[in-house]
Amino acid sequence: MAKVLLKGNEALAEAAIAAGCRFYSGYPITPQTEILEYLSWRMEEVGGDFIQAESELAGINMVLGASAAGARALTTSAGPGFTLKQEGISYLVAADLPAVIVDVMRIGSGLGDIAQGQGDYWQMTRGGGHGDYRTIVLAPNSVQENANMMALAFDLAEQYRHPVLIASDAAIGQMIEAVEIPEFIEHDIDKFDWTIKGCKEGTPYKKIQNVYYTDPQYDIHLAERYKTIEENEQRYENYCVEDAEIVVVAYGISSRVSREAVDIARSQGVKLGLIRPITLWPFPQKAFEEAKEAKAFMTVEMNILGQMVDDVKLAVEGKFPVEHYGSIFEIPESDGIVEKAKEMLKEVK
Amino acid sequence: MKLKAPERITFTQNGFCPGCGHGICGRLIAEIAEEMNIADKLLTVVDVACCSLHMESWQYDTIMAAHGRPIPTAIGAKKVRKDNPVIAYLGDGAAYSIGMAEMMHAAIRNDNIICLVVNNSLYGMTGGQCAPTSLPGQKTTSSPYGKDPSKAGMPFRIEEAFSGLNIGYMARCSLATAKDIRVAKQYLKKAFEKHMDNKGFCLVEIMSPCPTNLNMTPIASAERITNEMTKYFPVGEFKELKEEE
Repeated sequence: MAKVLLKGNEALAEAAIAAGCRFYSGYPITPQTEILEYLSWRMEEVGGDFIQAESELAGINMVLGASAAGARALTTSAGPGFTLKQEGISYLVAADLPAVIVDVMRIGSGLGDIAQGQGDYWQMTRGGGHGDYRTIVLAPNSVQENANMMALAFDLAEQYRHPVLIASDAAIGQMIEAVEIPEFIEHDIDKFDWTIKGCKEGTPYKKIQNVYYTDPQYDIHLAERYKTIEENEQRYENYCVEDAEIVVVAYGISSRVSREAVDIARSQGVKLGLIRPITLWPFPQKAFEEAKEAKAFMTVEMNILGQMVDDVKLAVEGKFPVEHYGSIFEIPESDGIVEKAKEMLKEVK
Repeated sequence: MKLKAPERITFTQNGFCPGCGHGICGRLIAEIAEEMNIADKLLTVVDVACCSLHMESWQYDTIMAAHGRPIPTAIGAKKVRKDNPVIAYLGDGAAYSIGMAEMMHAAIRNDNIICLVVNNSLYGMTGGQCAPTSLPGQKTTSSPYGKDPSKAGMPFRIEEAFSGLNIGYMARCSLATAKDIRVAKQYLKKAFEKHMDNKGFCLVEIMSPCPTNLNMTPIASAERITNEMTKYFPVGEFKELKEEE
């Protein structure tokens, strides 16, 4: 398929259709509303179902019903709306149901603001809702990746029978880039044996409910599933990490600025490298094995508290200083990252 | 006259208290599904707590939804399985309190699901707290001095709230006496028929006894429906989309 110019949000929506998603329910909130708007006409064209729900709560529970019935089901939101979805995400987890939930992050707690942010990292990687779970989180950094990650997200969701989150942000959602929409996939709602579709008399009927009610080995099932995901699903992209003395860790739009910072720093003789987590959970600890010359690490994030710092500290097992270069409302500047790297280098040398 | 219980329901596995109305609801649903020959396709979505005990006694593919969310969950399932009848089954606390927004918007959109609300005038599984349907003066574990309408409002009447909405069907019935149960079955069957005709949101509220939490005998709690609840909650059919509509 030829490349087309699309907004990040539109590319994500079209890619959901391409990935065989035929059920969407969402609620308007900036900066993800284009996904809702796009699917309001596109679902109609492909014979799928689109519902503008009365709230995020209703939207996520519609997704749960659609998923239990076998559809590839999607809902999208941002910050405050994403918080309302946590109830349903926790229930999806408890019932072993797949679904894809997108958070096009904005800045701040409470209402915050509509500017791009990366302040939902803790919420997305630590569970978000009540209970004993974590979700796979994919973090695209371009319009093309917004498109590429939809099919992957649905595949992973079905493979592990678990909701998968996509951590986009206002910058990626709103920017326009050339994008190639992936090939269309047909999804069969009768593909899996666990979906509800009605049962003939005398055959076992299906119960979609908390798995620990029905599985006496629940504790083992739960522990093994997350262990398998941690082992198999770490995704990352390393750039100039092997000989780097300072390593930036950044995802999403911040990773693109950071990559630019690496080039600037290297042109000035500063050995800067970049680890870019593509999965925020499981956190790509394997990526750090390559950082053999590193003396210090720095996360670059669009938040003030440095939400990813803890994960980097765990990845380096506390052996190196881990600092944070943050921004609010603005995307971090590459020059600022380089300056920070130079200061850090002075301290560790 | 049919004396045999429907095949899809078992009375040995359920966890309902003696004198509870849920078991009767389950049996009526199973009888209707059998009579209409839709038992093989029926999908049910139950609320948590008492409602979810049906998962052990009826043999239909069932989702246990989050508290107050069986309606949106059922809507999601129905959109994907358009040929299957889909029931959302919930209590009055779920429908008229925590899930009121979802209930209202399903009715505004006239979503094509059967919605069965079991009204026992309190929260059952949590031990009998005050509900939007509790009667004035009703003593519960969270209204020990009696429900005060000046603070908690009068019992919520769905037929008043939804009177302007163009929904497929709306009725209220009672499980107090054998005669009431026969009427209840008629209303329930009509809701099923309208649903199969794609008439939209088909709502039946079922007034049901809860002797455990009312601290009454099964007989007294059934008589309470007739003597006290029906004064606030009239039995009858309130809305019906006809063939031409």
